[in-house]
Amino acid sequence: MADWLQLFQRYLPDFLKGAAVTIELTVVGLALGFVVGILLALARLYGPTWLKMLAIGYIELFRGTPLLVQLFLIYYGLPSLGVTLSQTISAYLALGLNSAAYQAEYFRGAIQSIGASQMTAGRAIGLSRWKTIWFIILPQALRLMIPAWSNEPISLLKTTAVVFLIAVQDLMAKAKRAATATYDPIGSYLAVAVVYLVMVIILNWGLKYLERKTTIPGFEMESKKA
Amino acid sequence: MAKPILTIKNLTKKYGENVIFHDISLTVNEGDTIVIIGPSGTGKSTLLRCINLLTCADDGQIWLDDLEITAKGCDDDRVRQHIGMVFQNFLLFNHLNALDNVMLGLTKVKHMKPDEARVKALRELERVGLADRAEHYPGQLSGGQQQRVAIARALAMDPRIMLFDEPTSALDPELIGEVLEVMRKLALEGMTMLVVTHEMGFAREVADRIVFLEKGSIVEEGPPDELFYRPKHDRTREFLWKITELYGKKDENK
Amino acid sequence: MDVAKFLQYIASGTAYTVGVTLIALPSGLILGTLLALLNVYSGKTSKALTNLYSTVMRGIPPIVLLFILYFIVSGSINLSPFLAGSISLGIVSSAYQMEIVRGAILSVSGGQMMAARAVGMSKRQAIRNVILPQTLRLAIPPWSNEAAIVIKDSSLVYALGVPEILRRAQLISASTQQPFLAYAAAAVIYFILVFITSRLLDGLEKQLRIPANP
Ligand SMILES: Nc1ncnc2c1ncn2[C@@H]1O[C@H](COP(=O)(O)OP(=O)(O)O)[C@@H](O)[C@H]1O
Ligand SMILES: [Mg+2]
Repeated sequence: MADWLQLFQRYLPDFLKGAAVTIELTVVGLALGFVVGILLALARLYGPTWLKMLAIGYIELFRGTPLLVQLFLIYYGLPSLGVTLSQTISAYLALGLNSAAYQAEYFRGAIQSIGASQMTAGRAIGLSRWKTIWFIILPQALRLMIPAWSNEPISLLKTTAVVFLIAVQDLMAKAKRAATATYDPIGSYLAVAVVYLVMVIILNWGLKYLERKTTIPGFEMESKKA
Repeated sequence: MAKPILTIKNLTKKYGENVIFHDISLTVNEGDTIVIIGPSGTGKSTLLRCINLLTCADDGQIWLDDLEITAKGCDDDRVRQHIGMVFQNFLLFNHLNALDNVMLGLTKVKHMKPDEARVKALRELERVGLADRAEHYPGQLSGGQQQRVAIARALAMDPRIMLFDEPTSALDPELIGEVLEVMRKLALEGMTMLVVTHEMGFAREVADRIVFLEKGSIVEEGPPDELFYRPKHDRTREFLWKITELYGKKDENK
Repeated sequence: MDVAKFLQYIASGTAYTVGVTLIALPSGLILGTLLALLNVYSGKTSKALTNLYSTVMRGIPPIVLLFILYFIVSGSINLSPFLAGSISLGIVSSAYQMEIVRGAILSVSGGQMMAARAVGMSKRQAIRNVILPQTLRLAIPPWSNEAAIVIKDSSLVYALGVPEILRRAQLISASTQQPFLAYAAAAVIYFILVFITSRLLDGLEKQLRIPANP
């Protein structure tokens, strides 16, 4: 135990640097996933048939395959099609495109629970279809979505831990380095496990707080099936 | 000479600081049907649950025949086999059809062979008039039918006494009759029963004694005629009057 | 690389992926169910301990846990990376499966337990004959989701050197100089596995569904 604390202490600065990268990955992935996710959800719900099919195909493919494969496809595979991306950019892209598929489903759930009546109401006062979506549907959907959506940041934070496999210097990469240097893999990975756990717990608190702040009493999504 | 089957002596039940009932004593003789009435929240359900050892009494004793079931080291599961219980909301096992609901206790608790258990279970379903619904799942039965299956399930264990906790109060009015009919038949067959119900027609006709429970103690008990026509306490009269207003309209019109 | 060799590579990689999943998923289910039962039906201490287990295990990235467990398991018993990796993945999944089973137990009404006890069943008999049969049926849809996650997470044992699909794709990509095609082929296989699994579980759920359950 004393040894372990020493290891933890010695590598803490390194771990914190790695944690900063992990947080960056999470934030960028979440933001990219958010934007692409909204577009996918709108395409799936309101687009012409071909766009609908495209959105469904995207969502199913990205949810039906491992992130690691998507990451390798982007980092190792795209160059053979003439697109070469750095490790970090590849990681951002893989995380963002993957998260988009999941976030799209949260949006879709929220939009569908608002129902068609709001669309009718918007059209009735003379708004166009897309204006109704933008000014009436989306503002409500974003609020409704928060409780379900708040799983995504935590889930994404945890998924980022695979990008060290293409040599991005995130927290997990630092653990691997510590493991090699100290010949103590269990101790090293336990140490970063603690750092991840702390990040997840803090993030969880933050999201719970956000959820409380944004609930409008009596305006909730149908409780989801257990 | 009447033989006591269930004897309750000075029973007290608390939930934390909250005294649910206090110092209840009651004897049920073989073949008797005792009806318990009383406002909701007085502890009628809790009393039945104490008798069936589904919850522990805090003080007092209960005997089933000559066995003190509240004694330390008494085998709860064995006791429950000999006490049938019918719940307000039926509580059939949702994943089993009517026959399997009745058979489960026989095979798992009484360790009967499946063939024997099936024969016995079918006989019990017959007894409640549901032999033709043996293959139906709870969701495919009406409330009244579900309650009759629940009665068959309890009967199959050959209990010494049957406890009924408002067996008809979750039923649509037109389904109450079929359940009461089964209970009436049981009483005639000599089954010993302790029934919580507000069906005054049933109480008047079938009960040997009625017990009026209020605020956790027995206010008055006696034969139906006495309670209905010569109650000793005003509270009994008021309650009976209220309850007949609510439930007994049909009786009055007869 | 000729086509026959290519196909043989893919097939054996797929076999490893399926193998990892078939070990990890059931071991996670058994462990998760035991934990859920401890959580719901045992004392306060077991509840607190299993809750702690769940929070910690679900708060750490699966790959980090996989590495820790892998080094612990392979350090204490001599197992191949394939077995050690599969068991570790099962332990990772157990915390998620515990939550699934716990949710399902809690959604079977408390009355079912009472009714079973009233017939004279012991707590253990009631759990076995009344609670679990209903619970496990209810758990199939969320569990199907977890099965997909475990299939996808089986790609993580790539990092332990197990020759599963992704590792095979890497080899093929090196020898053919066609990385995009190689990884795309891996993606397609994962997708098919996930798709087939969810269809099978859908079918199972329909088959086991209780008629007209309220
Ligand atoms: N498990 C419990 N914990 C705490 N209080 C309870 C519990 N069960 C019942 N009670 C309380 O005991 C009282 C009597 O309830 P109950 O026996 O159901 O009454 P009745 O069946 O006469 O309507 C009620 O005030 C109820 O709130
Ligand atoms: Mg009651």
